[in-house]
Amino acid sequence: MSSNRQAAASSPWRAPVLFAILAALFVLEGTVRNGMFSGSWNTSLAILNMGLISAITALGVNMQWGYAGLFNTGVVGFLAIGGLAPVLVSLPPVEGAWAAGGPRLILSLLVGLGTLALARIVYGRTRKVWTVALVLLVGLVAYRWLFDPAVTAIEANDPARTGNIGGLGLPILLSWLVGGAFAAAAAWAVGKVALGLRSDYLAIATLGIGEIIVAVMRNEDWLARGVKNIAAIPRPVPYETELQQNPAFADFAAGWGFGVAEASGIWVKLCYMSLFLVVLLVIILLAELALKSPWGRMMRAIRDNETAAEAMGKDVTARHLQVFVLGSAVIGVAGAMMITLDGLLAPTSFNPLRYTFLIWVMVIVGGSGNNWGSVLGAVLIWFLWIKAEVWGPNLIGVLVGPLPDGDIKAHLLGSAPHMRFIAMGLVLLMVLRFAPRGLVPEK
Amino acid sequence: MDILNALVAFLNFVFIPAAAYGAQLALGALGVTLIYAILRFSNFAHGDTMAFGTAITILVTWGLQSLGISLGPLPTALLALPFGIAATALLVLGTDRAVYRFYRAQKAAPIIFVMASVGVMFVMNGLTRLLIGVDEQRFDDGARFIIAVRDFREWSGLVEGLALRSTQALTVVVTVIVCAALFWFLNRTKSGKAMRAYSDNEDLALLSGIDPERVVRLTWIIAAGLMTIAGVLYGLDKSFRPFNYFQILLPIFAAAIVGGLGNPVGAIAGGFLVAFSEVAVTYPWVKVAGYLFPDWQPGGLLQLLGTEYKFAVSFVILIVVLLFRPTGLFRGKSV
Amino acid sequence: MSDQDAVFGKRGNRDLSVVNPNGRGTIDGTRRSGPVRQGHAGDPFLIGENMTGGYGKGADILHDCTIAVERGQIAVIVGPNGAGKSTAMKAIFGMLNLRKGSVRLDGRDITALNPQDRVKAGMGFVPQVNNIFPSMTVEENLEMGAFIRKDDIRRTMEQVYDLFPAVAAKRRQAAGELSGGQRQQVAVGRALMTQPSVLMLDEPTAGVSPIVMDELFDRIIAIARGGLPVLMVEQNAKQAMMIADKAYVLVQGANAHTGTGHELMQNDEVRRTFLGG
Repeated sequence: MSSNRQAAASSPWRAPVLFAILAALFVLEGTVRNGMFSGSWNTSLAILNMGLISAITALGVNMQWGYAGLFNTGVVGFLAIGGLAPVLVSLPPVEGAWAAGGPRLILSLLVGLGTLALARIVYGRTRKVWTVALVLLVGLVAYRWLFDPAVTAIEANDPARTGNIGGLGLPILLSWLVGGAFAAAAAWAVGKVALGLRSDYLAIATLGIGEIIVAVMRNEDWLARGVKNIAAIPRPVPYETELQQNPAFADFAAGWGFGVAEASGIWVKLCYMSLFLVVLLVIILLAELALKSPWGRMMRAIRDNETAAEAMGKDVTARHLQVFVLGSAVIGVAGAMMITLDGLLAPTSFNPLRYTFLIWVMVIVGGSGNNWGSVLGAVLIWFLWIKAEVWGPNLIGVLVGPLPDGDIKAHLLGSAPHMRFIAMGLVLLMVLRFAPRGLVPEK
Repeated sequence: MDILNALVAFLNFVFIPAAAYGAQLALGALGVTLIYAILRFSNFAHGDTMAFGTAITILVTWGLQSLGISLGPLPTALLALPFGIAATALLVLGTDRAVYRFYRAQKAAPIIFVMASVGVMFVMNGLTRLLIGVDEQRFDDGARFIIAVRDFREWSGLVEGLALRSTQALTVVVTVIVCAALFWFLNRTKSGKAMRAYSDNEDLALLSGIDPERVVRLTWIIAAGLMTIAGVLYGLDKSFRPFNYFQILLPIFAAAIVGGLGNPVGAIAGGFLVAFSEVAVTYPWVKVAGYLFPDWQPGGLLQLLGTEYKFAVSFVILIVVLLFRPTGLFRGKSV
Repeated sequence: MSDQDAVFGKRGNRDLSVVNPNGRGTIDGTRRSGPVRQGHAGDPFLIGENMTGGYGKGADILHDCTIAVERGQIAVIVGPNGAGKSTAMKAIFGMLNLRKGSVRLDGRDITALNPQDRVKAGMGFVPQVNNIFPSMTVEENLEMGAFIRKDDIRRTMEQVYDLFPAVAAKRRQAAGELSGGQRQQVAVGRALMTQPSVLMLDEPTAGVSPIVMDELFDRIIAIARGGLPVLMVEQNAKQAMMIADKAYVLVQGANAHTGTGHELMQNDEVRRTFLGG
């Protein structure tokens, strides 16, 4: 099969050239208006910003997959739990919510966690399943007895506007770190169980925890209002309306030849972009440094020969758990950033196809194990994902043009936006088959 | 009479729905487990392939209905089912030829198959969307009930009613027939034994003159049958929404793993275990308790978890079983 | 190794909820057979002649290696570790790419056949390890051996049971539960079920106790005396040569010495290097 064998040693210009092509795509999107591009800098930058967040998510996945071969199928859950942080950290406190049931709620959660810990200890000491079951049952009853009234009280507090526990009113940027911590905690719990078993069951465990986290966010109204959504999440950047009312900004915009409304949108997006770029570069820097440190060498040693590493006394499971937690923390940061960018937490939008498996497409297309590859793959795939929604119908429109009007033509035109799912699947399959090392191969 | 009422309530709200759901999960898990045993990977496209097969079946059903063909009291979809299975079988065989065969020839690591199945999942998802869209579709017709609540009340004189929907009975009956046929095939026929041999030891099967590609084709065809039947029964019983078919992947995987991946008996047991636990944990037991202990006034609904968290149940069962029996209830391949 | 494996297979994923490493094969079952040609006049019954080649795109392991077996005889391949003994067997069975040389069986040139079709052409092969279907019963193992046959297999099965009475008693038991020696008997029995015209055994006595080994050798002699040519690789060179009509000593993938077992036993160099004085 040498015909499709990728050159192992690729040119050092490969990555810069690909990034330049990617940049050109965004410039085209910003400047040219035709059937393919919108010609709007606002659109272009909006795609780029979400692309950068995808890139950070992909970096997290790449850490887990690239460094340790862990197959995380619950990315959506870690993104979602990270997205909870801006709500709980940065939203202003809800009046009366804490008094209604805050302490009792915290206590119930502690009881719940304590029960699990106790059950674990009891099992370790006695190895009796029935004792453990009893502990769990008593703990569960106690938990529900504390939890249910607290939740009812909190949710009864002005349900039309709030009905949730509210935030702490802290700076939004802080919530990004907290989002990472949330995801790390969830990952630790999952990893501890799934990696500790005789063999890994991480794929199915993460698939499960992903569903559960999203289900919790959808249904626990006290937490983040569930499907009623949380809007008006504070921003780290100025609001468009503020800018528009600022005469200095209006002059500045005019100097560049933009209308003030358009310019304010672009300015805000540029601010976000700078923030995201800083986070992205810091994460890449840390990841690369970690990979070159003794810790990273050990990770690679484990990856290359797990048996040998184990024989040398390396605790493979513990290392895998570390990488899993770290990668999930990065995903959590991305989740918090995404919610900040949107200014809205809508749990129903967390779709595994879009937030788990599309991220996987990004990582594999970019190049498994290569951080820059993940960034490139993420931004590129995100661009294609968004544009395919436009290109698909245009393409179908041209193709079915000669057809007589009728049901079939209408059906084809109507379903054209779904073409992007097929396109993404084909992209993944093609890369797997013909360029498995991805766009920017691992060194 | 209170005990009888409690029993009827239990049957009506827990046993019958769980049995039907368990049968659907069992069929789904059988497909997953077969592919895991023989092609050696977990097929992430399983849910979406189920959706595709169901979509074809629905389209054919509509076609038959518009021609005025029906099966009387049985749903027309049964008549359309063979078309759905055939289309799905062609699709998965085509996929195998275009995607998986290449990696099989290279003896590639199984994780590559998993990745490829993610790509296939996207394609199938898109195909289903193209075919039938993302909206909910109902396609059951024929008699709705075998036992209707009012008839049962009049007949038995109990307060509690019992309903047995024809789709539920149909689900269980079809599942029993399919499982019996599958086990007969795997244990009694030469081709079935060849599949088991291939699963046990690929090279030796080849050295015994078994054509590996034939085994693989057979597996895909059987899996396509199982997937389409599971999908159609699930759609008849509940309703057809493509996204639900993606979500059902978790309980199906859980069922297959709980039972012991690669073990068909385990897949069936796992399916019912997951379904019964899901329904039992999310059912508000206050009504049943009220009949059994008339003097007791429980504060809540006696519901352990809200129905929204039914996915959590399959997850917890999975973890618990794996903690105590890492190979699943029935010894699977993943020892 | 393919690019795919280099990128995906080597990342240390061991997640058994998505991948099933058990029973994975190494032989490409998708390869199609080429045409069967006419053999050469005066050939031995089975001959692998001037075989040169290795696994995949790797370096050559065999260099101009020739192995043959005549009707009704036992031929053994001996040699130090890593001499390419098993590789030579696999080459004869079509499991690696031969760059040069040919394999001829019973007057036909079968070089282009894939392993499945060589089974159909009459070759029976017992690999060194993983040579049973562990989750299937002994009887099912034997049935699988007879997979290509369309006629009644009960007589052959009885013959196998007569040959190996120990496994006959356990015919309803899963083969994976048997002892090492019994597994080996099942493995040989499975190959016999095809009613092959030549039987190839790759270290049939590896890992079994000396008593079981002697018994296995007796059975193998019995099989050969029954008229079935046997070609086998053996670690226990001395015993093997004692029963061999023809012996091949391989060193680094090439023929070093060839002769009857008796001749080679007399050969000083062979004795010194392989038989321990």
